[in-house]
Amino acid sequence: MPKIGIPRALMYYYYYPLWKGFFKALGLDVVVSAKTTKAILDKGVRLSVDDACLPVKIFFGHVFDLKDRVDYIFVPRMVSVERKAYICPKFLGLPDMVRYNVPGIPPIIDITVNMNRNESNLYKSLAEVGRIFTKNPLIIKKAFNHGLQEQARFEKLNQIGFMPHEAIEQMDQGLVAQNFSPLQSADMTIAIIGHGYNIYDTHISMNLINKLREMGIRVMTADNLAGTTIEEKADELPKRLFWTLGKRMIGSAFHFMKSDNVDGIIHVASFGCGPDSFTGEIIERHLRRRKNVPLLNLTIDEHTGEAGIITRLEAFVDMIKWRRAAQ
Amino acid sequence: MKVTFPHMGHMYICLKALFRYLNVDVVVPPMPSKKTMTLGTQHSPEFACLPLKINMGNFIEAYEKGADTIIMAGGVGPCRFGYYAQVQREILEDLGYNMKMVVLEPPQKHISELLIKIKEVTGNSSWFDIIRAIRFAWYKARAVDGVEYIVHRVRPREIEPGSVEEVFKNALIWIDNAENKKELADAVKKAESALHRVPVDNSRTPLRIGIVGEIYVMLEPFVNLEVERNLGRLGVEVERSIYLSEWINDHLFMGLLKMKGSKLARAYAPPYINHFVGGHGQETIGSTILFARESYDGVIQVQPFTCMPEIVAESILPTVSRDHGIPTFCLIVDEHSGDAGVMTRLEAFVDLLARKQPERKLN
Repeated sequence: MPKIGIPRALMYYYYYPLWKGFFKALGLDVVVSAKTTKAILDKGVRLSVDDACLPVKIFFGHVFDLKDRVDYIFVPRMVSVERKAYICPKFLGLPDMVRYNVPGIPPIIDITVNMNRNESNLYKSLAEVGRIFTKNPLIIKKAFNHGLQEQARFEKLNQIGFMPHEAIEQMDQGLVAQNFSPLQSADMTIAIIGHGYNIYDTHISMNLINKLREMGIRVMTADNLAGTTIEEKADELPKRLFWTLGKRMIGSAFHFMKSDNVDGIIHVASFGCGPDSFTGEIIERHLRRRKNVPLLNLTIDEHTGEAGIITRLEAFVDMIKWRRAAQ
Repeated sequence: MKVTFPHMGHMYICLKALFRYLNVDVVVPPMPSKKTMTLGTQHSPEFACLPLKINMGNFIEAYEKGADTIIMAGGVGPCRFGYYAQVQREILEDLGYNMKMVVLEPPQKHISELLIKIKEVTGNSSWFDIIRAIRFAWYKARAVDGVEYIVHRVRPREIEPGSVEEVFKNALIWIDNAENKKELADAVKKAESALHRVPVDNSRTPLRIGIVGEIYVMLEPFVNLEVERNLGRLGVEVERSIYLSEWINDHLFMGLLKMKGSKLARAYAPPYINHFVGGHGQETIGSTILFARESYDGVIQVQPFTCMPEIVAESILPTVSRDHGIPTFCLIVDEHSGDAGVMTRLEAFVDLLARKQPERKLN
């Protein structure tokens, strides 16, 4: 059975169930890289250019972690996952950057996923991958449907309140479906706005979500909202944003700042992230005009220290508490 | 209504010509300076790329001179430039500057979309006049590019350093002042003959360096710390991968005119970058290969800090450099860039190239 490696980085946090379901149904052995560690980060930093953003550097580290253990590495070129929107230029060039910078890499499966003009292109792209392993179109079609089912289950779990990385873990342990939210204290709710690959990677985010939970705070993210809500709120901008992930951030931020039960918003950006510099600015300006929800801006990179983050989180939470007491 | 626009190299000459032809009041923002940079940086997002900050500075300075309408280009991504106008509008709103923003989005289906936007500003001019005005502005762009092309060739050979610069400065003024096609032709002729009269030493065989990278930084001398002039002073013949008129044709006329454009460069990008990455990422790689084929001595990539498409190109450039045997050097600029540091690095790069080619001497 050929082994296919999926780096635990970037789009892993959005599409892993789809990919895993698809490859498993094709009869492949799916190997995921280890959870991010200091060693993986350091390796990634060394392999990539200085100016790349932290998540891209980490991606290089994960590819390196996989390269000697698998027959293929799956690095799709995620151009666009919806009509008239892109992910980010770095995702467009990701397979090229990886190919020329990681020495001794096994064959890369770098299909192009481009739904910019036509959303049915997803099947075409995955079918292209399927044909590497089987000639039978029926098997490919079945595998594709299986992948979509897994993805739908994953999204359902997210919407009832699981974080994507937890949902993936639960699904791996055999959870099929659940119709009640996981237990969370609800004394205070903080929304985290940021790219999934930053906030759910416990190493990059320095375990931000669990740190907040330990303080007795309920955490919400864009992934806990329905896609239509996000789309609707993001449409409030005069010009439609052409980055899918940026749009999710803007849409969810606009939703959270108008919601009555969100006490604070934390915006997590990686140093040098292009889209974040714009979406963050727009969110901040809109929040400042409304003056109703406090915002904490965290910029992370490979040098960020844990102690500094904890201090700022505690200060932010204390401030919300005082604010409440004053009201 | 007083119209203004952001600076990008010599584009102000074309835009000024366009609006004056149509009798629209136009305020040309002061040429980008330290003050522009400070004003822009102060009000822009910290991690935005440099062009946005300089644009912001241009708008604020133009506002101070009485402008109330901004003409800005748009885009559909994935490069950040397409969303500049939106972020800038939010900033201007918070600053309390009451300026109208007309965003020229690249025509999606037909060039008429662009013309309609132009009409929004020009008001009651006839279509015929508008098209003639665009044509006149286009001729100016061609004129500037033509002169600049000669400047690049003469500069490394000038005997008296700075003499070409003097002529070039005047030539730009002559072109800028030309009121009609005939005066423009005269201005170009005058500039050409003046350039040909600059005393040169034709026995020199200068090093040749190609400049590739992000379009704004390539075209705006203040932002790229006058890399072309500084290289020229070091006795290097500089060629740029794209000129203003080519950019206008590619992006605003949708490649309507048949002329050299970025298409050729893009064709050379695979197998290094197999897909469009936004901005000029593919062109950077393709142009580098083209320069290598024309046996240039080296290539300098310029980009603003955090530029996404150029980072993709930058990470692949070392492979291209190795495969095609052409030395490359990456110059990243932001508001903290200092002349002296950049100059030292440029000198070092040029020295390395000269050592590699012993038959070519520096002057």
